[in-house]
Amino acid sequence: MTETTLIEIKNLTLGFTSRGGQERPILRDLSLNVAAGQTIGIVGESGSGKSTVALAMMGYLKPGLKVFSGHVVFDGHDMFEISEEARTRLRGGSIALIPQDAGQSLTPTMRVGDQIDEALRLHTRLNAEQRQSKMGEILNRVRLPSAQDIARRYPHELSGGQQQRVVIGMALGTGAKALLLDEPTTGLDVTTQAHILQFLRSLVSDTGVSMVYVSHDLGVIAQVADRIAVMYAGELVELGGARGLLASPAHPYTRALLASIPRLGAKVIPAALDGFHPIVGEDRQGCAFVARCPIAQERCRATVPAMVDVAHGQAKCFYADSDGMEKIEGTPVVSTRKDEVAVEADDLAISYHHRGIIDLLLGKEVPPDTVARVGFSVNKGETLGLVGESGCGKSTILKALSGLKAPKHGRMVIDGQEIPGRVAQRTLDVIKPLQMVFQNADSSLNPRRSVREILQAPLRLYFELSHQEMETRCEELIDAVRLPKTYLDRFPGQLSGGEKQRVAIARAFAAEPELVLCDEITSALDVSVQAAALLLLKQLQEMRGAAYVFVSHDLAVVRAISDQIAVLYQGRICESGPTEAVFRPPFHPYTEVLLGAILQPDPDAVPRLLADDVIDREPPSTGCPFQRRCSRRIDARCDEILPPPRHPETGHVIYCHLETDELPALNAVE
Amino acid sequence: MLRTILRRFGFAAFTIVFVSGVVFVSVEALPGDVCTAFFQRYAQGPRLERCIEEQGLKNPAIERYALWISGAFQGDLGTSLKKRRPISDLLAERFRNTVLLASAAAAIGIPLALVFGFWAGVRRDKPADLVVSTVAMLAMTIPEFVTASVLMFVFAISLNWFPAVTIVPPTASIADLLPNIILPVVVLAFVMTAHILRMTRASVIEVMTSDFIQMARLKGVPPRQLFWRHLAPSALIPAVNVIALTIAWLLGGVVIIEQVFNYPGVGNLMLQAIYDRDLPLVQAIALIFAMIYIVANLLADIAMVILDPRIRTAKETR
Repeated sequence: MTETTLIEIKNLTLGFTSRGGQERPILRDLSLNVAAGQTIGIVGESGSGKSTVALAMMGYLKPGLKVFSGHVVFDGHDMFEISEEARTRLRGGSIALIPQDAGQSLTPTMRVGDQIDEALRLHTRLNAEQRQSKMGEILNRVRLPSAQDIARRYPHELSGGQQQRVVIGMALGTGAKALLLDEPTTGLDVTTQAHILQFLRSLVSDTGVSMVYVSHDLGVIAQVADRIAVMYAGELVELGGARGLLASPAHPYTRALLASIPRLGAKVIPAALDGFHPIVGEDRQGCAFVARCPIAQERCRATVPAMVDVAHGQAKCFYADSDGMEKIEGTPVVSTRKDEVAVEADDLAISYHHRGIIDLLLGKEVPPDTVARVGFSVNKGETLGLVGESGCGKSTILKALSGLKAPKHGRMVIDGQEIPGRVAQRTLDVIKPLQMVFQNADSSLNPRRSVREILQAPLRLYFELSHQEMETRCEELIDAVRLPKTYLDRFPGQLSGGEKQRVAIARAFAAEPELVLCDEITSALDVSVQAAALLLLKQLQEMRGAAYVFVSHDLAVVRAISDQIAVLYQGRICESGPTEAVFRPPFHPYTEVLLGAILQPDPDAVPRLLADDVIDREPPSTGCPFQRRCSRRIDARCDEILPPPRHPETGHVIYCHLETDELPALNAVE
Repeated sequence: MLRTILRRFGFAAFTIVFVSGVVFVSVEALPGDVCTAFFQRYAQGPRLERCIEEQGLKNPAIERYALWISGAFQGDLGTSLKKRRPISDLLAERFRNTVLLASAAAAIGIPLALVFGFWAGVRRDKPADLVVSTVAMLAMTIPEFVTASVLMFVFAISLNWFPAVTIVPPTASIADLLPNIILPVVVLAFVMTAHILRMTRASVIEVMTSDFIQMARLKGVPPRQLFWRHLAPSALIPAVNVIALTIAWLLGGVVIIEQVFNYPGVGNLMLQAIYDRDLPLVQAIALIFAMIYIVANLLADIAMVILDPRIRTAKETR
């Protein structure tokens, strides 16, 4: 097959210059071709330089960066040699970027129609009328309903998926030859993500546009890419056909990365990569991966390996394709559930709305509660997973348990004792057994306190310890989260994302809690680090017998760690029960949707889209919470009557009007 | 949008009523009463009796407050003890002068501040920015009476271009007042420009690093269009608040400048009223100043609602 090369990167090295005048490369000697009509996926962890590669394809460097050597040729233009005017003409026209956060990337003060129109005016010769009709065409094309209405809206009035479609539309209208997608679905809900990916695939087959798809998520890349480029620490370590690369990865890093991804099919905590990602721009002699490589030899430390051919492409390793590597196995999960109940919640209702004077004057109805009819019971040593898309109320429930948001009604019982709703009304005895770990360790650790001070705060609050005892406890804690004792003197700014989250976990365990609330604690971490954090949580549970309420949008993660699961939609439980039962048919229609939208790093596992990615802003006031999106809606009964509980097996509850044997039973998890 | 504005109006009205109460209570809390404070040791005999009669001091405080407030709503703020004239008349002529001064200063200062603020922000850390920022910093740190004295010495005394102090009466025509305002306007514009400029610069810098500016660049938007369509509207939003506060400051608080130049504005009147222990006048001016700040803030809020679609449409999409 002859392919015309659209984008060619030749031996590109770029980076910043340190104060001392030394060149600090961020990308090192990188060569990569993208053929016309082809989709290449660039995968790597944070700091690998994958976004920098995409931006370099447009001849754009983030402030402070400089090209040290090499070329980037797009469609015959040497992007770093041509004039700024010429680059400006190409950007957004022939080569367009679709950024990670579409919401942040659309100008907030301009209507989206004006922003699309601007792109058309800059890069096409259409007159106003033609542009108008073209806009309608584009918006239809990206499957946005009622184009007229959408065009008049401001970015914040669109949902995340709609914003992403607008940005894609902007790139399409100008007839771009190449689309650079920088994590375009990260941060979107799984169903929205699956829809966008399906749309992108159809776009490629319809228009023959080339795509460069940058992501940390191999599951996503597997869905869209023909070829995959794996990056590590600014170097391309493996490149090859998607299918071959995913089936038989040649580079040790690719193997480890694939092994660290939690799979839906197995109740196993995947194997984590040991060690650390090299610091960006640091001096390096041998292979980038040497410090974490299980098969590293002496020469790996001394010389940079060259790209060698492997079955599906190329890999930058002396021992690529060698069979010296054992298959990397994960850690099977053993339940540590005890018979004692740790926490119980009963008929919780939480509302963020309150009727102000103006609402009263305007006679406005109070919207339905954000969370309603939520109840569960978690035993000691047990983990309850709360799953659902954004806005499903999973974090709100944690807020109620932790006392940050008092529930409207309902009971919360810890250790057989009912606890007050507001944290201000709770005594230390109630607060101590209930600790929380937040999603973003960056902002939940005080940057001006050393790790020791951070760990001492709860110790001082809950225990009366001597100076010496305190120090011993700190050392025990830091040891328990597998960090060296020297870290006690560090500040959060000196830690990596995964390390910070470990400190946050250690802080929670300093109080010797009965119940730890985990709010999306691994979603800000790289996959390879995520696996380690999950394993750590599990080990701590084994040692201390604490109960966890684990909130996550990632079903595979929840499955790996939870004993029981509650699936939430619009603040109402749709389905709950033991993990294995929930993942086994029959399913609630919403669970079926969630499972269908999951992406696995396997090009053959195509997601099934069963519901629109429209987001309900408020729960419906009567009937089933899922009525508006359900593909199996029966009749008006779903809109009006609360669905009854169905019990396919003991402990497994599905709230649906469908009889147990009518419930969706497609084997989604295999 | 209407809802948001209505709500803001409600808050403003409430604040004004609250402040009027505070002002009234503070005056009540002073030892003695309005008349004894005014006459001091001469507070006796028929003069005092007449004053007490005129001010209605025999009535309970709550009644006097009600009377004061309802009068204020109709434009009647009582009578000045010293000047023996209706306070509203006094304030009207002084306000004309203050507004003249303030509008001249604002007309020069605001455009200047915005232009240089944007200019410096876009050229962050380049020589142009460093010069502008340093000058603005100086303007903020040097007290205005120092600038005023220097200007007076150079342009009024040495060069004799402008009058040093105002010697025309408060009721003089605008034409007569004009030469007198030049030096005070320069001083005021200098200070206010510095404040607005620094705020504008900071907000431009923040917006410059935003994702949507990078996106617009990568969309191929040429620099001029990038500035006017993408950068300016967002960067202007925080500046609006500072502008509103500065205008309120100009209208209500330039006591020192008016005093230095002997300019017959409201600030000057307030000082006189305090010297004279003319409490009804002090009370009225305090209320007016508070209202100016509240109204300025209200206008800023409304401007914000209009400028920022996120606030404008936030409620309606619910």
